Amino acid sequence: MALSAKAKQALLGPLNKNNPILVQVLGICSALAVTSKLEPSIVMTIAVVIVTAFSNVIISLLRKTIPNRIRIIVQLVVIAALVTIVSEVLKAFAYDVNKQLSVFVGLIVTNCILMGRLEAFALGNGPWPSFLDGVGNGLGYGWILVAVGFFRELLGSGELLGYRVIPQAFYNVGYENNGLMMLAPMALIIVGIIIWIHRWKNKDLQEETN
Amino acid sequence: MDAISLIVRSIFVDNMIFAYFLGMCSYLAVSKNVKTALGLGLAVTFVLVLTLPINYMLENYVLKAGALAWLGPQFETVNLSVFSLLIFIAVIASFVQLVEMVVEKFSPSLYASLGIFLPLIAVNCAILGGSLFMQQREFANVGMATAYGFGSGIGWLLAILGLAAIREKLEYSHIPKPLKGLGITFIVTALMAIGFMSFSGINI
Repeated sequence: MALSAKAKQALLGPLNKNNPILVQVLGICSALAVTSKLEPSIVMTIAVVIVTAFSNVIISLLRKTIPNRIRIIVQLVVIAALVTIVSEVLKAFAYDVNKQLSVFVGLIVTNCILMGRLEAFALGNGPWPSFLDGVGNGLGYGWILVAVGFFRELLGSGELLGYRVIPQAFYNVGYENNGLMMLAPMALIIVGIIIWIHRWKNKDLQEETN
Repeated sequence: MDAISLIVRSIFVDNMIFAYFLGMCSYLAVSKNVKTALGLGLAVTFVLVLTLPINYMLENYVLKAGALAWLGPQFETVNLSVFSLLIFIAVIASFVQLVEMVVEKFSPSLYASLGIFLPLIAVNCAILGGSLFMQQREFANVGMATAYGFGSGIGWLLAILGLAAIREKLEYSHIPKPLKGLGITFIVTALMAIGFMSFSGINI
C-alpha cells in the first residue's frame, strides 16, 4: 500500500536527517555497551524496534484517556511491560545472546528513544503514523548499532557473526587484531567518527558552539 | 571495610559512565557548564542512594524465588522475578515524583536550581542500571546495596563534572566544523574512559 508523504517522513526521517542517535542524542547508553560484536547489536536492534513500535501504538491509542500529570508513569509501565515480554522471549529462544546483553535488555526501559518518541510523537498522532515513527526510529537507532558492531568485530577479532573473514594469510605476514577495538571506549570513538562524517555531509546539522 | 572497598571500586573501576555507559543521555546533554552538571550529579547520587535500598528490600522480600517465605510456607515456591523490571521502574518513577514534590515544598531555592533535572532522572539509565546490577550481584545486605548506590552516584558525579570542565575549556579550541558539539564530546568521553581504565587493575 502506498504511504502518504507524512507517513513516509515518519518512517524514513529517523534513518538520516532526524536520526535518534546522531541528531536527537537519544538512547546512547545501550548503543555503546552492546556493540562489541555484530550479533548482539542485531538482536538489540530487533528488540528496540519491536518495543518502540508497539509502545508508540499503545500510547497513541490511549493518548486521549491518560491524565497529563501521571503520563510519565503510565508510559513507563507500558514500556516496562513490553520490555519484560521481549526479555522473556529472548531468554527462551536466544539464551546465549541474552547472557551477553545482560542488564541492557532491561535497560531498554530507560532508553530515552522510547520516552522521547512517546512524548514527541505518539501523544499527538494516531496509531498508524505512530507505528511507522516507532519502526523508523528503531531502525535509525539500529543501523548505527549495526555499523559500530560491524567495525568493532571486524577490526577487533577479524570475524563477522563468529565467522572468520580476514584470511589466515594476512596473519602470517604480520597482521594483528586491534585489541583496543574490543574495549568500551572505541565504541564512543566510532560513534564520534560517524557523527563527523554525517555532519560533514549534512551541513545544516553542524553546531556553532561546543 | 567491605563497604569502603565497594565504594572505591564503584567510583573508579566500575564507573557507571566509563565502564558501562549508563546515563549517557543526560551526561551528554547537561554537561555544557560545571554548575548545572554539579546539580544533576548531586540529584542522581541522591536518588541512587535512596532507591537502591528500597529496591534491594523489594528484591529480597518480595520478588526473588522463595522470597515470600515469610508470609507462610505455602508461598515458598512463588517466584515473582518476572515483574522486577516493572516494580523497579515504578519505584524509581514514583520516588522521583515524590522527591520533586518534597523539594518543591520545603526548599524552593534548591527546586529552582534542580527543578528541570528532577523529572529527567526517572529515565536516567544509571538509576535503573544500579538496581539491575544490584539484582545481578546479590549483595549481602542493605548496607552494601546503599554503599553501591552511593559509590555509583559519586562516580557519575565525578564523570559529568570532569566532562563539563573540559567542555568549558573547549570553547577556545579550533575544532573541525562537523566535529563541533556532539562529535567532539563523544571523543573526549572516550579519552576520559581510556584514562579511567588504568584504574582497572586496582584491588582493595
